[in-house]
Amino acid sequence: MNSSHRLRLPVVAAAVTASLVAAGCGSGSGGSSGGAAQSVPGITKTQILIGSHQPLTGPAAPGYSEIAPAANAYFQYVNAHGGIYGRKIKYTYLDDGYDPSKTVSVVHQLVLQDNVFAIFNGLGTPTHLAVVKYLNASKVPDVFIASGCDCWDNPTTYPYSFGWQLDYVREGKILGAYIKQHFAGKKVGYFFQNDEFGQDGVKGLDMEIPHAQVVSRQSYVPTNVNVGPAVAALKASGAQVVVSFSIPAFTALLKLTAGKLGWNPSYVVSDVGSDPTTLAGLLVAFAKKAGATVSGNALTQGIITDGYLPAWGSTSNSWIALFKKVHDTYDAKAPLDGNVLYGEAVAYAFVQAMFKAGKNPTRAGLVKAIAGGLPQGPVVAPYDYSATDHGGIMGAYMGVIRSGVIVQQGPVWTTDTTPTGAVTTFTGSQPAAPASGMP
Amino acid sequence: MTLLRHLAAAVVAGAVIWAASVQLNAFRDFQMAEIAVYVVAIAGLSVLIGLSGQISLGHGAFMAVGAYTTALLMMHLNWAWWAVFPASAAVAAAGGAVVGLAAARLHGPYLAGATLLLAVALPSLANQFPGVFGGDQGLSVTVLAPASLGAAFPQTRWLAWICALAALITLVVLANLARSRVGRDWRAIRDDPVAAALAGLNVAWLRVLAFIVSAACAGLAGAMLAVTTSLVSPGSFTLSLSIALLAGAVLGGLGTLLGALWGGLVIVLVPTYVTDVATSHGLSGGVAANVPIAAYGVVLIVVMLVFPYGIQGGLRRLATRFLPTPPARIGTPGRLPSADDDKGPDSPYRRPPVGEHQEEGTS
Repeated sequence: MNSSHRLRLPVVAAAVTASLVAAGCGSGSGGSSGGAAQSVPGITKTQILIGSHQPLTGPAAPGYSEIAPAANAYFQYVNAHGGIYGRKIKYTYLDDGYDPSKTVSVVHQLVLQDNVFAIFNGLGTPTHLAVVKYLNASKVPDVFIASGCDCWDNPTTYPYSFGWQLDYVREGKILGAYIKQHFAGKKVGYFFQNDEFGQDGVKGLDMEIPHAQVVSRQSYVPTNVNVGPAVAALKASGAQVVVSFSIPAFTALLKLTAGKLGWNPSYVVSDVGSDPTTLAGLLVAFAKKAGATVSGNALTQGIITDGYLPAWGSTSNSWIALFKKVHDTYDAKAPLDGNVLYGEAVAYAFVQAMFKAGKNPTRAGLVKAIAGGLPQGPVVAPYDYSATDHGGIMGAYMGVIRSGVIVQQGPVWTTDTTPTGAVTTFTGSQPAAPASGMP
Repeated sequence: MTLLRHLAAAVVAGAVIWAASVQLNAFRDFQMAEIAVYVVAIAGLSVLIGLSGQISLGHGAFMAVGAYTTALLMMHLNWAWWAVFPASAAVAAAGGAVVGLAAARLHGPYLAGATLLLAVALPSLANQFPGVFGGDQGLSVTVLAPASLGAAFPQTRWLAWICALAALITLVVLANLARSRVGRDWRAIRDDPVAAALAGLNVAWLRVLAFIVSAACAGLAGAMLAVTTSLVSPGSFTLSLSIALLAGAVLGGLGTLLGALWGGLVIVLVPTYVTDVATSHGLSGGVAANVPIAAYGVVLIVVMLVFPYGIQGGLRRLATRFLPTPPARIGTPGRLPSADDDKGPDSPYRRPPVGEHQEEGTS
């Protein structure tokens, strides 16, 4: 140990001082900007500053990294059309690489240094779990978390947190109800990601599908791409329908592996892993790696899935027209896929909430506004927001992928997260998008 | 005497850190805690590689052991942080002993491969036993500042204090250890294991001991990380963490404790600083997101080209060149490389013979 040999006071003191100066110089002015005593963090006369943690790099980046720029595209549209009571939204989203320790670091930066008004659409279950307690202890609104875990719906423990997307238990129940109805008596096999996403989904499925009908339950972990044994077991069980709670890469692996085994069951896939554009790209890429050429759209043909947003394919839908316009103006380089649609829609919901919070928004005021209920907007089913429910979207429609687009089949269904709550047809209709494009 | 000097240095550094933590904003306090985490982990790794001449690509796994020990002890037994820190270090040290026993039989790339396996495999145990380790969602850890400091006391400052304290204690212990007989023995087995064995040193045991000490540091760092981030989950202990620790040790200067400080600073501050610069210059999202990674790579390349002995080695070298009294006295055991001696045939920092890859970069 060379240095220890002559470790001297001045050297250590100088080094420590230098390091702290470096730390202090890191970024400057942000820290003191929350100076005025009565001011609301992140709100000035002209601006609303919000922040987020997003996987812009790393394993979850492909696909998911499109969400924040798409949300920002809608915010830019709002800013160009008068903002929210004259204030423009500034959206700072930082990269956490889907690593929970980095999430903690960037969220501390956003809250303590940048003084954001709220954390919006923080992405990922394991990542966001790392900060949810901190945000609630600091009374920072934690709105529209980009994860379908029903763990956010806990107003007693997490009064400042709100989910948004259809949670996985509800989604499982809706897929299960469809299978019970359309595949009565058929043998069903489960293929799911072995974490909270897949397990919650299975929980929902089991609430609807009779247990005797389920012949095999196979799981995978995202770090192991060898799904061969799981798929072989599903095939051996004689399953005629495979329900898959998988991310897109593993939906593609499932489909290709089953094809290689010459097995062709019906597929029912969670919304998370069924975006036709993403899926088709992955199928072609994976097949190419294995030395085969396939047509992505041919392979996704006939996959049954669900959706809580109108599909890009429904060109007559006023929301799709609005989001296409925003996309073409502010985010034109991004593909027209489910992630981009998701980002714009959740941004719309945030703008709705901010308008509802009024001309002089406060952190508590935003929470109160959402808990008082939000109008339906771009999603196909109503929100469950109330003083006791912070979940989000309550239902979805079933659809089939045809020629690379999801085609809606039948009505919108809504349900709750309890084992006894029925899956019911939603009788209301989706309101049209306002002509201004602003809530 | 040496102990007193190290203690005095630690007290001065502690006073500086205390003063700075009070002055800086809450986020900077948080970053100080993060830096302390990396300093401890890198210092331990630096001892392993720089002194004993063994490599580990699996230190993230030892951090995971420490972090999960912390979470489990706090959850089930309600231990206080000051009891949990040494306990986590001890559990990780036990893990280090087991790995060290295997490692002492392996050399160079084989050792790197074996430890790499550890980094990949161990964190996924958490997913295999979700009942105990909480699966992908992990376990939560809460350490609050004592109520006597007042309700308005920033939590992040408290984190900075306890992490800095743990880091300073670790550095004092390591500095003394390196100065001791054990430290000299390590250098002997690093430079020439055959000669060391002929001189009566138990090479295998010394290698295992180095692994134990190094794993204990990593375990402590894991405990500190758990407390700082308030969550322990497998996603925090990826292979890239292990690689980042190694990069930090090499960047700072292998085998030097101050090098660990430089390494920690680079790992924590460069990405934040570059992100701030990139976003304030209005780079588009996709570009801005990748700039920190690119900048980190550039720093790595530049340091390796300009300062082949790491930042600390480079600073020493500059000092010998520009200061009238060079701080490195020729002939002292364990002296630092200076500009003239890295190629001399008698230099202890000469290139190792072919086949002793594990000694690459130990100078």
